Amino acid sequence: MSDITSLITATAAELGQRIAAREISSVEVVRAHLDQITATDEAVHAFLVVDTERALAQAAAVDARIAAGERLGPLAGVPIAVKDLLCYEGLPTTAGSRILEGWVPPYSSTVVRRLNDAGLVILGKTNLDEFAMGSSTETSGYGPTHNPWDLTRTPGGSGGGSAAAVSAYQAPLAIGTDTGGSIRQPAAVTGSVGAKPTYGMVSRYGIIAMASSLDQAGPVARTTLDAALLHQVIAGHDPLDSTSINAAVADVVGAARSGDVKGLRIGLVTEFGGEGYAPGVELRTREAVTALSAAGAEVVEVSCPHFVHALATYYLIMPAEVSSNLARYDGMRYGLRVGDDGDNAVETVMRLTRGKGFGTEAKRRIILGTYALSAGYYDAFYGSAQKMRTLIARDFTAAFEQCDVLVSPATPTTAFRLGERVADPMAMYKSDLCTIPANLAGVGAASFPCGLAPEDGLPVGFQVMSPALADDRLYLVGAALERELTAKWGGRLLDQAPLLPGTKVVR
Amino acid sequence: MPYDEVVARFEPVLGLEVHVELSTKSKMWCGCPTDFGGEPNSHVCPVCLGLPGSLPVVNRLAVESAIRIGLSLNCDIATWCRFARKNYFYPDMPKDYQVSQYDEPLCFDGNVAVEVGGLTYQVPIERVHMEEDAGKLTHVGGAGRISGADYSLIDYNRAGVPLMEIVTKTIHGTGAAAPEVASGYMAFLRDMVRALGVSHGRMERGNLRCDVNVSLTPRGSSELGTRSETKNVNSLRAVADAVRYEMMRQGAILAAGGRVKQETRHWNEGGYTTPGRSKEEAQDYRYFPEPDLVPVAPDPAWVDELRATLPEHPALRRARLAADWGFTEREFGDILAIEGALELIADTVAAGTTPAAARKWWLTELARRANEAGVALDELPITPAQVAEVQALLADGAVNDKLARQVIEGVLAGEGSPAEVVASRGLAVVSDTEALDAAVIAAIAADPEAAAKVRDGKVAAAGALIGAVMKNMRGQADAAKVRELILAKLG
Ligand SMILES: [Zn+2]
Repeated sequence: MSDITSLITATAAELGQRIAAREISSVEVVRAHLDQITATDEAVHAFLVVDTERALAQAAAVDARIAAGERLGPLAGVPIAVKDLLCYEGLPTTAGSRILEGWVPPYSSTVVRRLNDAGLVILGKTNLDEFAMGSSTETSGYGPTHNPWDLTRTPGGSGGGSAAAVSAYQAPLAIGTDTGGSIRQPAAVTGSVGAKPTYGMVSRYGIIAMASSLDQAGPVARTTLDAALLHQVIAGHDPLDSTSINAAVADVVGAARSGDVKGLRIGLVTEFGGEGYAPGVELRTREAVTALSAAGAEVVEVSCPHFVHALATYYLIMPAEVSSNLARYDGMRYGLRVGDDGDNAVETVMRLTRGKGFGTEAKRRIILGTYALSAGYYDAFYGSAQKMRTLIARDFTAAFEQCDVLVSPATPTTAFRLGERVADPMAMYKSDLCTIPANLAGVGAASFPCGLAPEDGLPVGFQVMSPALADDRLYLVGAALERELTAKWGGRLLDQAPLLPGTKVVR
Repeated sequence: MPYDEVVARFEPVLGLEVHVELSTKSKMWCGCPTDFGGEPNSHVCPVCLGLPGSLPVVNRLAVESAIRIGLSLNCDIATWCRFARKNYFYPDMPKDYQVSQYDEPLCFDGNVAVEVGGLTYQVPIERVHMEEDAGKLTHVGGAGRISGADYSLIDYNRAGVPLMEIVTKTIHGTGAAAPEVASGYMAFLRDMVRALGVSHGRMERGNLRCDVNVSLTPRGSSELGTRSETKNVNSLRAVADAVRYEMMRQGAILAAGGRVKQETRHWNEGGYTTPGRSKEEAQDYRYFPEPDLVPVAPDPAWVDELRATLPEHPALRRARLAADWGFTEREFGDILAIEGALELIADTVAAGTTPAAARKWWLTELARRANEAGVALDELPITPAQVAEVQALLADGAVNDKLARQVIEGVLAGEGSPAEVVASRGLAVVSDTEALDAAVIAAIAADPEAAAKVRDGKVAAAGALIGAVMKNMRGQADAAKVRELILAKLG
């Protein structure tokens, strides 16, 4: 194994330890990842912008602090990729949309500030579906991202860039955001770990809003412990976000280190399976449940009858909020402006700007949401969706009286081919069938790799859902599963991924 | 048709929507200052500019102010309510939606009694809700109007300043007094927000802005007439005038068998209304609960605490002060006629001055200077405590009336406190008897004719000698004392 291989395939936890011990420098680690990005990103297109100089400067600063004897956090000096939905002062932020092309935020999001404070080194910004609206990263205004397992397939979405960067060894860690599955579904189809914390545990301040009541940022990583370490860094109360919860962050790192599921009651959601689910997905899900059972967990079957309405509910509430959140992109203050010829009235400039700047999916959701909130339709659409949302939350409450966590497949199928679902929005939306309920109820949820589907050899994700604030249980289950399955596979799932052209990874 | 006839044939029905700009130090959702008059776009941040990713946080003082306003209007206070987004595109709104309240106002179901000509009218209050102000557009070219302008400039300094909207239910039974009930209600609101200290309450500055809804119902009919809404009526007099004008205008239309159009109208300086944009295309604001904010749930104990510390009702306070001070109705009326004078006089009296002296200072010398400077009385850079200090110097004989005016001039010029001005300008009355004696002797010597007359008992002739002494002393002498000295010497 070459040295560069060890630097880019190591876990974030290992890198953090070795940097703190001054066995390796943060600058070396960052440089190795920048090299891997250069070598592989033409094929993957995970990044929209790479912040080379600032990353190296941040790495050098961390090295200097460590050399001066400072004791920093466990991830100090470790590189990270950030979804291009988070404002990072001085670096262009596009939300994957042409309408924000060229905009450089004058401030940083709370998550970015927490990363900086913890000494993490931001490599750059990753690709996403436009305003995080999509399940394949194909609605990005800057071209699609490719799945490192099979470059003809999508890495999921909206956070396909973050998941692809992590699974292509371009970064050991990434930040994603999850409104209906945008962390978990890409993690599932790229064989990585992705967690959506309880709504309100991670500040939304400075994260470009898609649907405010559903959006939540979270970690993407290659191991359960790495995800937990990152979770620990970004979670916590923020007075700048009114919806931020002022409560202690659950001991996610402790849970990831323990992985002790003896006596833990695991509820398998009966609604997620059958028609529309790939046989390999169902097979690996069952095996994961068996592995957990072997590790000492009690498995029960739990019905959440309203989950079948989650998709419809989501596609009323989310577009309603989108239609309002995306109003500000009108060409008046920042980003794209079209048709300002000195004659056009302001309304015309707004119309032309929005017509040109937004892609098809953004327009579709703006129009859907505008209808859902319109006089005469509000009660039937938005109003009844809110009622259903309450019923779904009650399903969770009832289920968590019978078990400690709920589990299901993370997504009904493995990675689909680029272009396969572009013309069929319903097929695209169904990618998030299993992940949406957790967003509607605001509970914690995560996806962990549980094997390859025999029919196509592509990764399958196993979803774990926890009660609100009990995010530690996600990592307890994830760590147990990881321990059982890596023992069975003789290594990590990602070790089975084909090598990318130009990659610095040598096996 | 004469006004009396309009009132005889029709019953006016009013509805008033008043926006109150709060005087909190910071904006509704961020820490930016609300100060008036900074450089354009200097009081802004990612939040009030609505930059992508920014989020609002409620200003607790604004909520407190709204509750205190609601309590003063005898409203119920919601135990749980939400903000809502009002969606529409306009360049002065950074987010292209206004955060307001929709069907869950913070305060609701109140009432206010307004007295006109010895009769009391009930003004029922529908709601008081919180919202944010927008930025300010300046249209360049094309006569400063949006249509025909070459381009427009936007200043977001006002964007996000907290506003309260106070909405009445329909007001019935006012008859001929409708205009005065409307302006009396506005006067009450103005006095109330000032007494609460929640707003500067200056109508001419737009701190209070009134939209006046008027309709007429034929007497004996229960059918509500079509209303007009006159926007941004910004003085008490204009509120009364706008009601009267609309009553007359609508009365003439209805009497001629016409139909009143439902429309928005503009108030013009000349005292008349003109049609604004007609609401053919009804706007659908697509209100929905603001997901970026948590519900407001005021603790009932806190509300009780606020209720217990409300200031005296402005009308009751006025009655009490009138009785305490013992002015004639006319003298007291003069005080009420000048905005802010009542508070200033009350504070000056509280600082130890007699009501008569306080009234004299504020209504004559200081009112004149405010007038000259083109500012409101309470904007003069002198405090009631300083006026009281000047009056105390005068009462002690440390300065005379003329010197006291000079002290005030010095304080207004920023030269410091009254004592400091007296010291730096050397304005104290000369009580040094030797210097006065010398001046008296010199004056007698210089005008033997006058001195002789005084000696002969023509005391009035002393005036010339007193004048000479005062002139010699550059006014810094106590004229009564000078007179005493002269008479003693010539007696
Ligand atoms: Zn601000």
